Amino acid sequence: MNNIHEYISSGILELYVYGALSAAESAEVSKVLKKYPEVRQEVEEIENSLLKLSSSVAPYNPEHVLEKLKLKLSSGNPKVIPIEKPSTNWAAYLGWAASLLFLVGLFALFNKNNDLRANLQALQAEKAQMESQIASSRDNAEKTTKLLNVLRDKNIIRIPLAGQAVAPDAYATAYWDKNTNTTYIDAQDLPTPPRGMVYQVWSLKMTPLTPTSIGLLDKFEDDANKIFELDNANLSEGFGITLEPEGGSETPTLERLYTLGTISS
Amino acid sequence: MQQDQLIAELQQKNERAFERIYQLYSVSTYGIIFSITKDEKVSEEILQDVFMKIWNNASSYNPEKGRFFTWVLNIARNASIDKIRSKDFKNKRLNLKSDNFVDILESKSNTSGKLDAIGLQKYLDILEPTCKKLIDLLFFKGFTQKETAEELAMPLGTVKTRNRVCIDKLRSTVI
Repeated sequence: MNNIHEYISSGILELYVYGALSAAESAEVSKVLKKYPEVRQEVEEIENSLLKLSSSVAPYNPEHVLEKLKLKLSSGNPKVIPIEKPSTNWAAYLGWAASLLFLVGLFALFNKNNDLRANLQALQAEKAQMESQIASSRDNAEKTTKLLNVLRDKNIIRIPLAGQAVAPDAYATAYWDKNTNTTYIDAQDLPTPPRGMVYQVWSLKMTPLTPTSIGLLDKFEDDANKIFELDNANLSEGFGITLEPEGGSETPTLERLYTLGTISS
Repeated sequence: MQQDQLIAELQQKNERAFERIYQLYSVSTYGIIFSITKDEKVSEEILQDVFMKIWNNASSYNPEKGRFFTWVLNIARNASIDKIRSKDFKNKRLNLKSDNFVDILESKSNTSGKLDAIGLQKYLDILEPTCKKLIDLLFFKGFTQKETAEELAMPLGTVKTRNRVCIDKLRSTVI
C-alpha cells in the first residue's frame, strides 16, 4: 500500500462498514485493516458514528429485552440436568398417540383429496374434448346437408373441370347457382398444393378469353370435404383452376393450369 | 484489541460477553430495525430474534470477512426485511408511509421524548439531502454500492466519494 491516506479517503472503508462491498472486496479491506493501525482506527471511528446515528433512531433503549434473552439462553443451554423420578405420563402418551393418528388420518385425506382432484381434472379435459368433437361433427353434418341440397337443386349447373397438361389426372367439378351467385368447387381430386402455393379459381369469358378471379381454395388440407364455396356474380362461360403463390395472383399462370371446363349451353 | 477479546469470548458462549455485546449494540440495532419496520413492538420481537442469532451463530462470524458491527447489521437488516415482506405484517400495515430514518428523527425531535432532541436535531442540520439519501440506502436499507448508484442515478465512484464526505460530516458532529 503506497498511499494509505489515499486509501482511507477513497471512501472504501465506509462502504466496508455498511457491508456494501462484495465479499472479495471486504476480505481485501480486512487484510489492509490488520496491517495498518491507521486504517483500523479510521474504521472504528466510522463505526462509532454510525452506531450513534442508528441509536438515535431507536424509540427507546430496549433494556428489558435483555432479561427475556437471558431466560432463553439459560433454557437453551442446560448446564444442570435435573434428576427426576421417571414417571409414566399416560395422558401425555395418549395425547401423542392421538395426534399421531390424527396426522396420519390428515395425510390420508390429503392424498385422497389430491387423487380425486386429479381424476376430476382428467374427466373435465375428456369432457371438453368430446364437446368439441360433437361440435365439429354437427358442423360437418350441417355442411353436408347444405351440399346435398345444392346438388339436388335443379337450378344448379354442374361443370366438370378436366385435368390439363400439368396434371392430367387432376379433376374438379364446379356447381354454379346463378340465383345466389354462388359457385361450389368440389376439389376432391386435386393434388394437395405444395407449401406456399394455393389453388385459385377463375371465371372465364370465352370471346375474347377473359379470366376473372373468384377466389382461392384456402386451407385446402384442413377441409375434409374439399368443397369450397365461392361468390361468383360473373356471367361465366367456363371455370379454370390454376396453382398460384400464396395469396393468389392478378392474372392466371397458364403454365400451372390444373383443370378447365366450359359451360355447354 | 479489547473488542476482539470480547467477540472471542462470545464465540465461546460466555454469557457475560453476550450481555456486554447487547449493551454495546442493542440500541443501534433496535434503531436499524425500527427504521425498517416502524413498529416498536414488532421491532422488539425482531431484536430478540437477532440477538438469539448472534448468540447461536457467533461461531460463524469470521473477522477476515468483515467487521462484527457489519455482521450484526446484516442480521438485523435481513430479519427486518423478512418481517416486512411477510404476509401478516403486510396485512397489518397497509397504510404504512414510506419514510426513512430522517423522518423518524424529525418526528422525534418534534415530540422531544426521552431522548435528547437537540442531539437529534444536529444530525438533521448537518446532513444535506443527498447525504440523507445515501446514508438511508447504504446504511439503513443495506443497498450495495451498485444498487445505490442505480437508485440515485449516480456514477458508482461518486457514491463512494460522496458518502465519504457525508460520513466525515457526521463524525465531526458526533465526536
